[in-house]
Amino acid sequence: MNWRIFAPLIALVVFCLLWEALVWVNDWPNYKMASPSDLGPAFWKFRWLFLEYGWDTLWRTVAGLLLSVFVGLLLGMIMGLNRTMRDALYPLLVGFNAIPKATVVPIIALLFVGAHDMNTILIAFLISFFPIAVSVSIGLSTLEPEYRDILASLGASRFTIFWKIALPKTLPEFFGSLKVAVTLAFIGTNLMEIVEPHGRGLGHLFDSGKISADYPLMFAVLIALAALGILLYYVVVVLERTFAGWAERSPT
Amino acid sequence: MDALIDIRDVKLTYETKGGRLPVLDGVDMRVPEGGFVAVVGPSGCGKSTLTRLIAGLLEPNAGEVWLHGERVTGPKSSVGMAFQNPVLLEWRSVLRNVTLPLELVAPRMPKREKDERARQLLALVGLEGFEDKRPSELSGGMRQRASLCRSLVHKPEVLILDEPFGALDAFTREDLWQTMQKVKSEEPFTGVMITHDLRESIFLADEVIVMSGRPAVTQYTMEIPWKGERDLDRLYTPEAIEMLGELRHQIQIAQGRSPREAGV
Repeated sequence: MNWRIFAPLIALVVFCLLWEALVWVNDWPNYKMASPSDLGPAFWKFRWLFLEYGWDTLWRTVAGLLLSVFVGLLLGMIMGLNRTMRDALYPLLVGFNAIPKATVVPIIALLFVGAHDMNTILIAFLISFFPIAVSVSIGLSTLEPEYRDILASLGASRFTIFWKIALPKTLPEFFGSLKVAVTLAFIGTNLMEIVEPHGRGLGHLFDSGKISADYPLMFAVLIALAALGILLYYVVVVLERTFAGWAERSPT
Repeated sequence: MDALIDIRDVKLTYETKGGRLPVLDGVDMRVPEGGFVAVVGPSGCGKSTLTRLIAGLLEPNAGEVWLHGERVTGPKSSVGMAFQNPVLLEWRSVLRNVTLPLELVAPRMPKREKDERARQLLALVGLEGFEDKRPSELSGGMRQRASLCRSLVHKPEVLILDEPFGALDAFTREDLWQTMQKVKSEEPFTGVMITHDLRESIFLADEVIVMSGRPAVTQYTMEIPWKGERDLDRLYTPEAIEMLGELRHQIQIAQGRSPREAGV
């Protein structure tokens, strides 16, 4: 028996039982809170929509995330390797990050009316690039000078030092921030999907549930989102193990 | 001019936010080919700055640094460096850490030859069988041995050691002194070693240079009368104790020169 698989499964079952019990003990109607036993029929009734919209949400999130990785790495490199750029860009970035993204959603929606895919990807990106940019810039700017010197003393170029030392050394920080970014990107995708009329994706399905007062459907969407979130998170974990597994120490 | 390392009246001032900070104020040093010089002096007197000048990572404001009859104006692949912090790359195996300089200095060298060279050095310092381990699996002393191999893998003419054994416990340090002697006889190099340990300096070097407090000048030079490999027992002879006494005395004078530094 492998406890690394069974332990989380048991935790999940216990969670569902407690949830069911909570609804049952309080005798809540399902428009107050749906119970896990209501979810099965809801999923079954809309199974094709769940598959289709789940896919929409997933690929939009991943696309937004890829954009975040690209821009975040770029910004992180610029700020991490150049002091002046760091001083110049940090306040801007912090200010931008402080703006609640829910307020940016209508702006984007009006800016590119009808371009659902692009708008959704854009919000997923806008909400999630900040942690990547910050952690990469910190990783690069805190490189101990000796690391640079072992190659610089051999006449290595700045690029070589970056490629052989600075970049791989920053990978653990990068993946740490990517785990945060994954969750944020999901929030971004759904913010946009919920707000946009005639949209697609799980966020839109949630909104449909709300409009038609189908409460089990709304809860089912939330559970589907959680499942997708867990899936993407573990994809990042696998990538992290592959590319930055060296940073994990075996307990001795 | 038969000195391989020739440092003439070198001066260096750092420009900091708080103003100008003179660090070196006329340092002279000559190391013949195959020689090994230890540099001692009060904390913060500019010893590490001196190593960066020899490595070509810094340029002096005045004076000249010559290596093998050529003026140093930038980094050269004929230099190897090791520091107190072994700075091994955690994502590479021990073997790949050691071959790192070859990737730059000899990119065309076949991988098999690079590995061969690295294995030979690792065996020399007693790390046979650890080639495929991660640096995180090594002890402090072993990490420092691996770092030493990395600094020597490209057969540098000049080896610069900046307090290489400073962070190790006393027994490990003595082990590494003996390893260092073995390495020196198998892999000839001209060495400059910064240290705070006077016993280490007379045990390993042919010549010990005492630098004064900041701004530093070459204050005192001591020839070590011992030739070739040495035994640890040598450090407990009256001759050694007399040398150590003199060096201690010189360091005290060096600290006195700059009263702010004396208490450190």
